[in-house]
Amino acid sequence: MAESIPADAMHAHDDHHHTEQSIWSKYVFSTDHKMIAMQYMFTGMAMALIGGFMAYAFRMQLAFPGIDVPGYGTVTASDYNALVTNHGTIMIFWVAMPVLIAAFGNYLIPLMVGCDDMVFPRLNRLSYQIFLLSAIVLIASFFVPGGGFGGAWTAYPPLSAKSQYSLTALGSSFWLVAVALEFTAFLLGGINFVTTAMNARAPGMKIFDIPIVVWMIVVASILFMSSVGPLIAGAVMLFMDQNVGTAFFDPDKGGDPILWQHLFWFFGHPEVYVVLLPAMGITAEIMCVFARKKMFAYKTFLYTTFATGILSFTVWAHHQFVAGIDPRMANIFTVTTLLISIPIAEMCFIYIATLYGGSIRLTTPMLWALAFVAEFLIGGVTGIFLGASGADIYFHDTYFVLAHFHYTFFPIAIIGTFAGFTYWFPKMFGKMMNDTLGKIHFWGTIIPFNFIFIPLFVLGAAGQHRRIYNYEHFPELAGVEMQDMRVLATVSMLVMLVFQLVFFYNCFISWKKKQKDAGKNPWKANTLEWTTDSPPPHGNWPELPTVYRGPYEYSVPGREEDYFPQNVPD
Amino acid sequence: MRPIATTRMAAGIPTGRLAIWWVVASEIVIFGGLLVSYIMHRLAKPEWGDHAANTNVWIGGFNTFVLLTSSLSAVLAHKAAVNGDGPKAAKLLYATCFGACTFVVVKALEWNMEISHGFTISSNTFWSFYYTAAGLHGLHVIAGAIIMLIIAETAKKNLELHRVELIGIYWHFVDIVWIFLFPLLYIAK
Amino acid sequence: MIDQYVVALSTYANDIDNLILLIGVLVGFWLILCELVFFYFIIRFRAKDGRRAEYITGEEKSHKRWISYPHMLVLVCDVFIVFFAIKVWYDVKQQLPEPYETVRIVGQQWAWSFVHPGADHELGTADDIKTVDELHIEVGKVYHFKLESRDVLHSFSVPVFRLKQDAVPGRVITGWFEANGTGTHDIQCAEICGIGHALMPAQIFIESPERHAAWVAEQSPVTLASANQP
Repeated sequence: MAESIPADAMHAHDDHHHTEQSIWSKYVFSTDHKMIAMQYMFTGMAMALIGGFMAYAFRMQLAFPGIDVPGYGTVTASDYNALVTNHGTIMIFWVAMPVLIAAFGNYLIPLMVGCDDMVFPRLNRLSYQIFLLSAIVLIASFFVPGGGFGGAWTAYPPLSAKSQYSLTALGSSFWLVAVALEFTAFLLGGINFVTTAMNARAPGMKIFDIPIVVWMIVVASILFMSSVGPLIAGAVMLFMDQNVGTAFFDPDKGGDPILWQHLFWFFGHPEVYVVLLPAMGITAEIMCVFARKKMFAYKTFLYTTFATGILSFTVWAHHQFVAGIDPRMANIFTVTTLLISIPIAEMCFIYIATLYGGSIRLTTPMLWALAFVAEFLIGGVTGIFLGASGADIYFHDTYFVLAHFHYTFFPIAIIGTFAGFTYWFPKMFGKMMNDTLGKIHFWGTIIPFNFIFIPLFVLGAAGQHRRIYNYEHFPELAGVEMQDMRVLATVSMLVMLVFQLVFFYNCFISWKKKQKDAGKNPWKANTLEWTTDSPPPHGNWPELPTVYRGPYEYSVPGREEDYFPQNVPD
Repeated sequence: MRPIATTRMAAGIPTGRLAIWWVVASEIVIFGGLLVSYIMHRLAKPEWGDHAANTNVWIGGFNTFVLLTSSLSAVLAHKAAVNGDGPKAAKLLYATCFGACTFVVVKALEWNMEISHGFTISSNTFWSFYYTAAGLHGLHVIAGAIIMLIIAETAKKNLELHRVELIGIYWHFVDIVWIFLFPLLYIAK
Repeated sequence: MIDQYVVALSTYANDIDNLILLIGVLVGFWLILCELVFFYFIIRFRAKDGRRAEYITGEEKSHKRWISYPHMLVLVCDVFIVFFAIKVWYDVKQQLPEPYETVRIVGQQWAWSFVHPGADHELGTADDIKTVDELHIEVGKVYHFKLESRDVLHSFSVPVFRLKQDAVPGRVITGWFEANGTGTHDIQCAEICGIGHALMPAQIFIESPERHAAWVAEQSPVTLASANQP
């Protein structure tokens, strides 16, 4: 049996360096974790561009109703619904998840735990291929007769189940199949993340020597696996309702539309933490490195993570307070929802405490990491309004909700990704990014971001509800002041989109070797990925490392250097 | 050549076994979601007992027996594999496969009969659940049987014998799902 | 906070506004405090030549206090919020005061239809008044509503009442409201219901008793009025 062969007696990986690979097997059908990570990363970024383009189209329609949107055309009611639906779906399932979990997970886990690849490389490749297929199916849903699905990313039946209501018979089914395939891809991917972190650790790496970001991706994968099942069952049921004529969610034949909401949100709420945790992990790594500080209360941080994960299974019905569930249930879910604020608050306190006494260098990755904490706090506290049942009666389904979850998801999916990408760019491509351009891009993204969503909080407080393509039919929402707010949000979004060009330009020139070589460890960091070449060769290290200490031994007293890599013997 | 990562065992549990437990855990929540949905409906709607009366307990019972027997042969296959007797493990896996085929054939005949009596998947929500849950389970039986055939082919040559245990774990899971489905769909009237 | 934007016209609207204000104050305090400390640390501990970062594990009790005491305080704030949230929720959603009248509200793609009980204050009688996209009620009276849907989910939202309730096909959901000021305001559908979701506006007419009586008399079928003649 393969398990019985002592690991380091086997120098078979030397093969890796000498085999000439065709472009086809190197870039497309590679089983190398770094290449699969890049595939996920660039697919995710391409999908982010598509999702961003959708946001551009519908924000233009909201600010200037009826205009011929440059590059899109007129946004009709059905277009608008399809755009907002797929914007949400794409940004969560095809951007946040692939980039934060799959791309960073694939890239970092083997490098950070000190092994040469994932433990199931071919399964890893299959996971990406299914993911790519799911993305293609989703995009195809826009081009089938009837157009894309427009029943919101929550896909509540009967609207999503019956084509006479949604008018998108094929679009709904394509959307559902795409989402189900994406889930399958991540269930397969999760096998690798968890087993690699558990079993393929370098000699000497004990469980509390694992970097936070690896922990976070593992916990996120476990959360995903344990919450997505009911929704996969729900997706099968919904698909059969759409196409076979079953009546799971059809009240006329004895079904129940509310059932879907339970299945959806039982997954939907943990899903927030599935993408939040990797982003928090990335932020923690960066903050420790650039504050030259040990992570404050590493173990407490982990325990609060576990607490958050467990609590996240008990809060789902706070999305359904006014959905027709038994009103007594709302009381229970108000309590659990507010309880979850405690571990999350503690995690934020730990971040702040980590900065105390540090020696903070404000590099581009550090700016992103700090911005993550500062902005995520706003998203976190505004959630309390929505978790408190009495206040949610008013705020439910208004732009307040929308602004709240953009203040959580934007820091997660965009700020977290940029933090991680700019931090590990030297490792991934062997070149430093231009710091000035990086900072221009940072401020050009963060400032407009606040100017997009603070007006939306105000609009939500003024009662503007969601998923309306044109407010002119509602006298109380059609006023000039409110329209000005919408224009402000849209213009800010345009500014933000323009500044993304700086990022792509920066990537391009940095990659084109106009920047200096990164060397092995440009940030003077402790974790194992910085002990190999940049970019790491196939097989990662000529000789796999051994670990002697935890990942955050910065500024250790009595040591000349202010960092102490994990693989350096005492 | 295999990466060194695949040969490590820092947690003390073989990687293959960890992976198969992951698969089983994710399947448990999938079937769990479906069954909890069914049970919630069932509790709210006593009239479903009348629909359930039209299912055939004897056929269901026979299939339960078939699956339990096939699990036994899967256990024996694992035992043979542990002793390093690949060909014997392969033979026992073929026996398990035979059980799976019997199950699927009986299931097909049963469905055929029910459909001919007018109980189709779109009759009402009980029958929707009945066909969906049993159908999803049936797909797992078929998938398990195919994987078992592949594993038996390698086991015959005394290769990759640890896989016999893994398919065994999966097969017990498929069996246990049926142990839940049988009383919920057939017996509860 | 909210009544700056939307007037409060139901008996429980002010309670909801006050709850939102309470939460706003409590979480606002924590938000500002955290952000201030956070930015203070960033400025205070900027890298300087010759100064090294401190080595703090955060595992000792004396260090952990700095995060455990604040989180106890967060818990106290949570208890306050939960208490008032549930109190408001109970008033609005869980209890039903004795009604003066009951109205039937039916959502469908893409209109609201309303059945008013008419002059006899009873639903299901011949003098019921059916309207589309117009709900007429009397100020200062407790109304129950029976909310239904014919096709997909809708949500009956009256911002001036701070009231929102989804309409679910196959169910009849009962709720209540009591207006405490007159005027004409928006009723919105707050749950996406297909391509006409934006074309589902309705209006609520909150009328003085005299106006309302006049409206009822105007709407009552003439045949009924003549049938009642001796």
